[in-house]
Amino acid sequence: MKAWRQPGFWLPVLFILVWGLYVLIVRQDSTREQAFTLLMFVGLASSLNILLGYTGYVSFGHIVFFGLGGYSGFYFLSAHNLPLMLSAILGGVVSAVLAGLIGLAVLRLRGAYFALATIGVNEAARAFVSNFEPFGGATGLFVNYSVYEGFGGPGPALWRTFIYLWITVLIIVVVSYAIKNSRFGLGLLAIREDEDAAMVMGVQAPRAKTVAFMFSAFFPGLIGTLYFFKNGNVEPGDAFSLHMSIEMLVMVMLGGMGTVFGPVIGAVAYQGLRGFLLTNPLFKNLHLAIAGVFLLLIVLFVPAGAIGWLRERSLKLRKVLE
Amino acid sequence: MILEVRGVSKRFGGLQALSDVSFTLTEGRILGLIGPNGAGKTTLFNVINGVYKPEVGQVIFRGEDITGKPPYEVAQRGLARTYQVVRPLQELTVRENVMVGACFGREKHHKGPAAGIADEVLALVGLAKKADQLAGSLNVAEKKRLEMARALAARPYLLLLDEVLAGLNPSEISAMIDTVRQIRDQGITIFMIEHVMQALMTLSDEVIVLDYGELIAAGTPTEVVENPKVIEAYLGDPKIAQRLLAQEPPEPQ
Ligand SMILES: Nc1ncnc2c1ncn2[C@@H]1O[C@H](COP(=O)(O)OP(=O)(O)OP(=O)(O)O)[C@@H](O)[C@H]1O
Ligand SMILES: [Mg+2]
Repeated sequence: MKAWRQPGFWLPVLFILVWGLYVLIVRQDSTREQAFTLLMFVGLASSLNILLGYTGYVSFGHIVFFGLGGYSGFYFLSAHNLPLMLSAILGGVVSAVLAGLIGLAVLRLRGAYFALATIGVNEAARAFVSNFEPFGGATGLFVNYSVYEGFGGPGPALWRTFIYLWITVLIIVVVSYAIKNSRFGLGLLAIREDEDAAMVMGVQAPRAKTVAFMFSAFFPGLIGTLYFFKNGNVEPGDAFSLHMSIEMLVMVMLGGMGTVFGPVIGAVAYQGLRGFLLTNPLFKNLHLAIAGVFLLLIVLFVPAGAIGWLRERSLKLRKVLE
Repeated sequence: MILEVRGVSKRFGGLQALSDVSFTLTEGRILGLIGPNGAGKTTLFNVINGVYKPEVGQVIFRGEDITGKPPYEVAQRGLARTYQVVRPLQELTVRENVMVGACFGREKHHKGPAAGIADEVLALVGLAKKADQLAGSLNVAEKKRLEMARALAARPYLLLLDEVLAGLNPSEISAMIDTVRQIRDQGITIFMIEHVMQALMTLSDEVIVLDYGELIAAGTPTEVVENPKVIEAYLGDPKIAQRLLAQEPPEPQ
């Protein structure tokens, strides 16, 4: 309804729209590869934000949904020859179901206990997958070359995957905006501010939190499938990397948790910084440590993140940035 | 009978916070609840609205047994409450705070109509001008009004007020008393905890008294303040006893 006329909605959507179009117009493999990684993190950070930013729950092991969903989607694709997008959606469903189950058990925990439990879940999933034969155990799964035929070869397949990812990320941002501005989202924000008070006002916190968790898990599962398909293989080390999980947190915090645009900006800015650190020989081996220090500085000095900080500056910006 | 509490007991470890408390509340009335500090008043509210489950006893709200139901289910049935220690949703605006009540309370409105109700209720409690501010930026008196607005936006049948006058200055108190009267005139039943005796005497139709978790007296405000058991209970707390004894006779209802 009114959303279409709000700059808070248009800014992130246009940003991603134009970015993807630019990549399609330039039509260079290297540009696409770089944009793929960036967009992927934009999508992951925006998904995490639904739980972290709106609901106020810190999920340290959020990468488990990328990993397990990605594994499942890859499995549907390579072992059962399902179409790519259908496999990806099914991967998302697996992640969402897992989140629903975890939610029932773990979302009763609050604060640090919840955060720790999510790390445990990630490690458990890694251990499970490493020993699960249908998923190829410790060696993982590989793309069956015949899959590419449906796309007209590996090259077009990669372009198609990029377009799928681009559309997925656009949808994530739209969903993120829609949730934030819905009644359901208001309930989540109330939970974030004071869960007990929210329940006393009628917010059905256990259910709302679980649904938020499922939303924030669904999209990483979908993205995971696309990512591993693009790579051509999936193995436990790539799928359940705890440091990627922490980087997702940094991106959300950097851009501004609880805002729609924040995770988008945060992901791009963090990847820029990371790229600089990785190519700079001085920092190459220190980039994770630097990311940690960075996180600390954000938490200490700009807890609202970049977009949050701007929003606090003036009422006008408040209306433009969501 | 809008609320019936039957033989409720609640303990925290070795502390018996409520023992065998029973009383009823008739629709449309204002029931006052007094008692020395730590008597179990807030605990009684928490048992009624589902924050705590009593070990023994039942809470009947509008003919339905709501004992042990989670607070959100109780809220959705039309029972709202304010907190003694205010709990604003700091990073949300005043209007959004109140919309939470309207969206998730008894009538479960969508956001559009909820915003309308919020503005209406904010006008009633005198916070209309602050609607777009963050709740965290309000002063204490305003936060108390916000608590009230949030509860009212749920359009409850029964409103539990936990010391809404505490910490207010005399002019704020008299404004708040007017607000409470207006709420009652809308047909909402009120159950209120209050230490400011003067206010309670003029507002309530009936008063019950808790002491060490036990209900020691019930009756009209005049009956209760003259009850020797009540005076004795407060003598343990000389300041309040003095205030109680220096009380002017309540206005005729
Ligand atoms: N969650 C809890 N855990 C343990 N003890 C509690 C808890 N809540 C309340 N108590 C204890 O129960 C007793 C009754 O507390 P309650 O808050 O109900 O008193 P009150 O009558 O509201 O007092 P006040 O006038 O100071 O607000 C107190 O001794 C308090 O310390
Ligand atoms: Mg109390």
